[in-house]
Order: sequence, then C-alpha cells, then structure tokens
Amino acid sequence: MRRHRFSWKKNKLRRAFFLFMLPSFLGVLVFVLIPFLDVVKRSFSTAVTSQFNGIQNYKTIFTNQAFMLAVKNTFRFTFVCIPLLVVVGLIIAVPLSKMKSAGIIKSLYLFPLAMPTATIVIVWKMFFYRQGFLNLALSRIGEITGLWGEVQKDYLASSAAFWILVFSYVWKNTGYTVVLWLAGILGISNEMLEAARVDGASERQSFFKIILPNLKGSLYTIVILSFLNSFKIYREAYLVAGAYPEQDIYLLQHLFNNWFVNLDFDKMAAAAVCVGGFLFVVIMLLQRVWDNRD
Amino acid sequence: MVEWKKKMKYVKKEVTVVLLLLPASLVCLPMILLVTGSVMGNGELRQYLSPLFTEGTTFISWKLVPDYPTFENYGKLLFLTPQFFVLFWNSMKMVGCILAGQLIIGVPAAWAFAVYKVKGSRILFALYVVLMLLPFQVTMLSSYLVLNRLGMLDTHQAVIWPAVFSTFPVFLSYGGFRCIPMQLLEAARIDGAGEFKIFCKIGLPLGKSGLLSAMVLGFLEYWNMMEQPMAFLEEKALWPLSLYLPEITWAQAGYAFGASIITLIPAAFVFVWGQDYLEQGIIFSGLKE
Repeated sequence: MRRHRFSWKKNKLRRAFFLFMLPSFLGVLVFVLIPFLDVVKRSFSTAVTSQFNGIQNYKTIFTNQAFMLAVKNTFRFTFVCIPLLVVVGLIIAVPLSKMKSAGIIKSLYLFPLAMPTATIVIVWKMFFYRQGFLNLALSRIGEITGLWGEVQKDYLASSAAFWILVFSYVWKNTGYTVVLWLAGILGISNEMLEAARVDGASERQSFFKIILPNLKGSLYTIVILSFLNSFKIYREAYLVAGAYPEQDIYLLQHLFNNWFVNLDFDKMAAAAVCVGGFLFVVIMLLQRVWDNRD
Repeated sequence: MVEWKKKMKYVKKEVTVVLLLLPASLVCLPMILLVTGSVMGNGELRQYLSPLFTEGTTFISWKLVPDYPTFENYGKLLFLTPQFFVLFWNSMKMVGCILAGQLIIGVPAAWAFAVYKVKGSRILFALYVVLMLLPFQVTMLSSYLVLNRLGMLDTHQAVIWPAVFSTFPVFLSYGGFRCIPMQLLEAARIDGAGEFKIFCKIGLPLGKSGLLSAMVLGFLEYWNMMEQPMAFLEEKALWPLSLYLPEITWAQAGYAFGASIITLIPAAFVFVWGQDYLEQGIIFSGLKE
C-alpha cells in the first residue's frame, strides 16, 4: 500500500516536471539540437550537392590558413585576458571587501557592463586613432620629459590592436568579476578569520592561507563566465576595425562571420562541430575537476 | 604613539579609496566625452575631431564645456529623423518580446529543474549549462538553417525566437528558485494545492530575485545585441539601434554623440534601477548546481 502511494506521488512529480519543462525543451530541440544535428551532417557533405564526402571538410579547415590564424588568435586572446581579468578583479575586490560602503565604487566598475558597445566605440576611436587622445598624451609626456618626440602610432593598424581589445575587454568585464570575488570573500566565515587573528596571523598570512584557498569556487565561476564573455569581444573588434581587421585580432568570430557572408557552409559546419566539441569537452572537464574538489 | 598609528590607519584607508577610484575614473571619462559631445554644435565638433579623419599632424582636441552649448543634435534626432524612431522602437520591440518570451517559457523550466528532482533532470540540466556557454558563432549556422526552414529570416522573429529559448535565463531563475525551502512546498501539497498553483503562489513571489536578475541581465545583453541581427536581418529598416549607431560617419559626429546618449539612457536607467538584481544575477550565474 505504502509503496503504491509512493510511486503515485513520484508519477505526479514526474508529470509536473515534464509539463513545466515541455515548452522550453521543445524550443531548444527545434531551434538548437535538431539543427545542430543537421550541421553535423553537413560537416561531412559537400556544400552545393550535399553528397557525402567523409572528413574532407575537416581536412580543408585544418589546412586553411585563416582558420589556423583565427584559432591561434582566439587562444592567445583567451590566455591573456582571463588571467588578467581574474587578477585585476581580485586586486580591486580585496580592499573593497574591507570597506563599509563600497556601493558607489562598485557601481562605477559595473557600469561598463550596461554601456552598449556601439556607444563606446566612438570613444575608443577618439582615443586610439593615429591623431587621437592617447598619442596626444604620449606626445605631451615626451615633450615635457624630453625622452621621445611626437608619437604617431596607428594602434588599430598594428599589432597593438590586440592590446586595445584586451584593454576594452578588461574595461567592460572588471565589474562583474569584482562582484563575484566580493561575494566569495564575504562568504568566508568571520570566525575563521577571527580565530586566525587571535592566533597571531598577519593580514598577509590570513590572505594567503585562509582567504585565497576558500575562493577556489569563485575562481571556477569567474573563469567560466569570463570565457563566455570573451567571445563577445567580437563586437568591439568588428566595430573598431571591420570584418577584415589587422591580422593579430582576426578571431574565430570574424572567420565564422565571413564564411557565413560568403555562404561557405561546408567549412562553417566543420568548424562549428570542432569548436563546439572542443568547448563541450573543456566545460565537462572543468565540471569534473570542480565536482571532485568537494 | 597610539594616536599616530590611528592616523596612519586613516591615511592608509584614504589612499586605498583614491587608488580604487583611479581606474574607476576610466569609466567616467568616456561618459563625459559622450555627454559633452552631444551638446556641441557641428562646427565646433568638426574643428576638434577633424584631425582624426584628415591626414595631418595636428592632434584631436576637446573642451569639457563647449563654446556654444546647444541641443541641436537632440532636436535633429528627435524631431527631424523619423528613421531614428523606427530603429529605437525596433530595439524596444525585440528586447520586450525576448524578455516576455523568456519569462513565459524559461521560468517554468527553471522551476522544474529547481523543484522536481526526477531521474534524468541532472543530465538535462548539464545540457542546458553547456548550451548556455556555447558562443553565438558555434550555433550561428544551425540557427540560420532552422530560421530559413521556418521562413523567419529577415523578420524580427529571426532574432526573437532563438533568444527566447536561450538557456541563460533558465539558469539564473533556477538560482532564485533554489533558495525556496522545500518544506514550504511540501506543506502546500499537503494542504491540497496543485503544482501549478504552488508555482504561481509560492514560486513566483519567493523566487522573484532570480527572475528579476534574469530580466535585468537580459535587457542589458539584448539592448546591446549585434551578432544576431547582423547575421539574420538584411533589411536595414529592421535593425536595432545597436547596429545602426556605428554606421553614422564622422561627418555627422554631433548626431552620433546624441544618438549614443539616447541609446545609453534606457540601459543606464535599467542599470540604476536594477543594480541590486544585476549583482544578484551575477552571483546566481556563478552558483554551482
């Protein structure tokens, strides 16, 4: 009798789960999962006649110079930006966490998140064009100190463009990293820190021995979210430098877009499967590492 | 000695505040440039900015208070450019429809994940997380194929529908629902409340913070949307503001500054009003399942 009732309840819950999930799951199925299977199929076929041609498309993209360049640049961008953002965020969050009213400062750091890219691009152009503010400031400094002459560097057309992207990425994303670090730091129990202080631990010791080890969880989420947001740098890159920018900032996003415009669907399909598969494996590995830690 | 130590501590605190404000001023600087630019006459702007688009050796210059402050840029935008209104409402319409759709479709799914731990729900949730993290470029081709099949290309629906089924708001709302104690739901069940009633009467009011943070983050994200309309909308009359702004040339700089400020206003408004939810949302998005 009891068992019967139990399974009846379980059925009811299962039905509720199913009903609440249904609209969302149907949408995901129709708009994402089924078409992605189609993409997988296309990645093994020719673009025009859609005949099966094995791994030819994959061979093509891995010998394609633009693809290799884009992969290299995207990796470089990620490996420079994410550690930089993580550290900058922490450097700002630690003193903020000791303040009583961090509200306004936090808002200031968060605001770039709200600024639409299109509105900020005009300002970046004013700064980084050849006759812009940055060169003006550098020239003045050179003039005053007498160390160098007038600076006439065109940042967007040289390898410095990469660093401009890094700068605007950090500029935009520091705020939420600070919020996440702050949440992590404030989540550490005060008793633990108190106890350490009573035992005579210095500020520095309690930072390295207590605070940092307790922030591993925050680190994981910050890395994941920064990674997610790093793909959106395409907006800045595209608006500042167009569809075919200086080759140091030619990212995977540019390549996908240009393939899309040129209707190179066979290459696009193969690349989407590769990038998607790679990200899937990375996310799963990170989750595995994370789960083992608890 | 103690006095001195106290003083040192005070000074140290002041120095930290100043050091923290320095990088933050980088945030204000662009704002100041945009605002002053938007109230400058076109002649004055051209004089300051011309070094940028002519070949020469003079540098850009700027004045924090324009010689002849004017609202002509705003006037021109608001009264003489009907096109601007069309684009503004395009943006509003798309963002509004997306957020409404996410509320109706994504929120119940989040509730399902948070409350009904049935077999298989964990795997499905992991799938949703992976989908949330895939960048637009990876799903661009598949979205194109399905939008093409459904005949939605070059309509606003091409931008709206894929965003409605984004799994990001599901994840954020899940964070809010998860904080509701299960005993409460159990008690309601014993009192004979149906599952849908529980969702409406307990879930929605108590999980509000997750919902609102999904909406705030969603607004900021879709107001700034570029990749999707760029790929799926060819007709320029359908474009959102975010895509149109960069098309304005230097020759019309005043117009560009004014339009930037007007584009910024809704986002700034949502930011100021919803900052708590924004922070909450960022924290929710970081919660481990």
